Amino acid sequence: MERSHARIAALVLAASFSAAAQEPLKIGFSMSLTGPLGGNGRAALLAMQMWAEDVNTKGGLLGRPVKFVYYDDQTNPANVPGLYNKLLDVDKVDLIVSSYGTNVIAPAIPVAMQRKMAFMTLFGTNPNGRFKYDRYFQIMPNGPDPAVGLTKGFFEVAMTMDPKPSTVALVGADAEYPHAALEGARTNVKAAGLKVVYDKTYPTTTTDFTPIVRAIQATNPDVVFVASYPPDSAGMIRAANEVALKTRQFGGAMIGVQYANLKTQLGPLLNGVVAWEVYAPEPTIKFPGVEQFLARYQPLAAAQQLDSLGFFLPPYAYAMMQIVGEAVQRVGKIDQAKIAEDIHSHEFSTVVGNVRFAKNGEWAEGRPLYVQYRGITGNGLEEWKKPGHEIVLWPKQWKSGDLRQPFDQNRK
Amino acid sequence: MSGSLFANALVSGLLLAGFYAAVSVGIAIAFGMLDVVNIAHPAFILLGSYAASVANSAFGIDPILTAAALSPAFFALGAVLYRLYHASFERRGREPLRGLAFFFGILFVTEVALILAFGVDYRSVNTGYIGTTWRFGAVDLPLRLFVPFVVSLAMTVGLQIFLSRTFFGRTVLAVGQDQVALHLMGVDPVRVKQLAFGISIATAGVAGALLVIIQPVQPSLGREYIGLVFAIPVLGGMGSIAGTLVGAAVLGIATSFTATFFGPSWAPAVSFGVLLLALAFRPSGLFGR
Repeated sequence: MERSHARIAALVLAASFSAAAQEPLKIGFSMSLTGPLGGNGRAALLAMQMWAEDVNTKGGLLGRPVKFVYYDDQTNPANVPGLYNKLLDVDKVDLIVSSYGTNVIAPAIPVAMQRKMAFMTLFGTNPNGRFKYDRYFQIMPNGPDPAVGLTKGFFEVAMTMDPKPSTVALVGADAEYPHAALEGARTNVKAAGLKVVYDKTYPTTTTDFTPIVRAIQATNPDVVFVASYPPDSAGMIRAANEVALKTRQFGGAMIGVQYANLKTQLGPLLNGVVAWEVYAPEPTIKFPGVEQFLARYQPLAAAQQLDSLGFFLPPYAYAMMQIVGEAVQRVGKIDQAKIAEDIHSHEFSTVVGNVRFAKNGEWAEGRPLYVQYRGITGNGLEEWKKPGHEIVLWPKQWKSGDLRQPFDQNRK
Repeated sequence: MSGSLFANALVSGLLLAGFYAAVSVGIAIAFGMLDVVNIAHPAFILLGSYAASVANSAFGIDPILTAAALSPAFFALGAVLYRLYHASFERRGREPLRGLAFFFGILFVTEVALILAFGVDYRSVNTGYIGTTWRFGAVDLPLRLFVPFVVSLAMTVGLQIFLSRTFFGRTVLAVGQDQVALHLMGVDPVRVKQLAFGISIATAGVAGALLVIIQPVQPSLGREYIGLVFAIPVLGGMGSIAGTLVGAAVLGIATSFTATFFGPSWAPAVSFGVLLLALAFRPSGLFGR
């Protein structure tokens, strides 16, 4: 009788362990699946799902299958805190990561801080600057001073011009990300000794950008720096073309020009623009694993009507999850403090290269690329997949060509 | 102040006004004349944008031609929608504001339908004139804005002539003033409102085609225009097409001048400040009775 009781107890115990082992490891997040950044958010989600599939094929994390619990934040910052509270209180997720973009990362940080969660984030420009949360991490490769690091390359390229430029116009949207980018740009402008002749922002609902570009033209700047979101990136580039903007260097940290959608829409209008990218198909850039990732990602994205190039968010969204996964596996349990400590203390090998974090959770060494678009003749996608159209100007270790200026005479 | 900057700001303001008039003339009819608070109007504009984008990418058809061809379909959609609205709200004697929930629902359903059908990426069109700018001395006329301006002007002026010179047009104006009197004259006010609402939605379809010429669109973009499409008819005078045109011009020029000379972030504050000032002196709007 005692032996049968012991056997039953052992069976029950084994079953409960087995059940716990099979219980999914839930990773919760909000994601911009609709709204102005919905296109990119969906592309990021696809990349994250690819990672989950890869991990689950190999047995999951800590022996548990990975399961995402996510909600659409509609690119609306007001929705974010409530969603993360729901993820943690109701859905009881084990881990959290962020949505895409500064505007929707910032409101999640206080929730993460309150719950002491390790918080890996996806492409925010210094949202942790005010919070200084020590368990915050950022996969966007801006470097330890993110707003300055993001824009440094643009101005270093400008200062290679001969004769050196002396004036700059700064313009951006009235939103969190462009404000942060412009703040960093002003620091770089000061360091470069440039005189600011125009420094204004515009509402995100702006329809016509020609008055803005004309006002900029009236100040005759040598350099024009723009910090914008996709519709305004398109609007500014179109307006620069229509107004026949005369300046030596035009571009900036313009979100949207990295996507297949805007690249094909704008086509030859992009020629001559100096823009921020995080990947370019140049022979000087070979992150191990990225080409295989893109080869897998691109057909899946095309089938789902997503960004079918995948040069911007997707590899970094995948890398973000690689880092989270590796840290969790190494720590061996869900312990937010130990996971954060692990991420701080290790270098990770990912599809976007080796990643090491600084104390503030940003990359220890930044590497945003500044490229000049050239030789785009049509509105197709195939040109963009080949080298020679996104000439890397900065940083030096990946440089594949020199700046051609002035902007208005180098539109081919 | 440079002369060419001033001239270009004025031209930009007028071109923008053309677009503003196109997106708001439908509300001038629906809300101004029929007392139907169609807050889903921007959703129909987006529907027009997507229809134009699909026809352009699949067959290379110019968005304006698509808008013209699909106008009867948008008219029919508006007519059916009004019947539904009338049966659910007006016939039961409910105040127009109660119909807001109905139209909010239409707005969100349309948005989600667009997301499911087309995804969330930005869509645009390619035409021979987008990217071309006509230059007259120091004044630039980007065709991306000029073509929508011309179409909008033609549509708005055409509507004004139709409403003021035709019998049906006068019944539409009358239905907003006294439905009982109209009924006593042997005209069915519900039928008139149905057809007028159909015209309102047809203008939204055209406005959508103009929108996608001017800028890329995505399904939730319509929400950004809700304030504008109601503000302009209110400024111009409820039920006045000419007032809508003038109201659009006032806001368009205010936006353009503020953006050019004072800073674009002030533009919405100045534009709506002008609206409030105008209403303070003429509460019924510039051309209101």
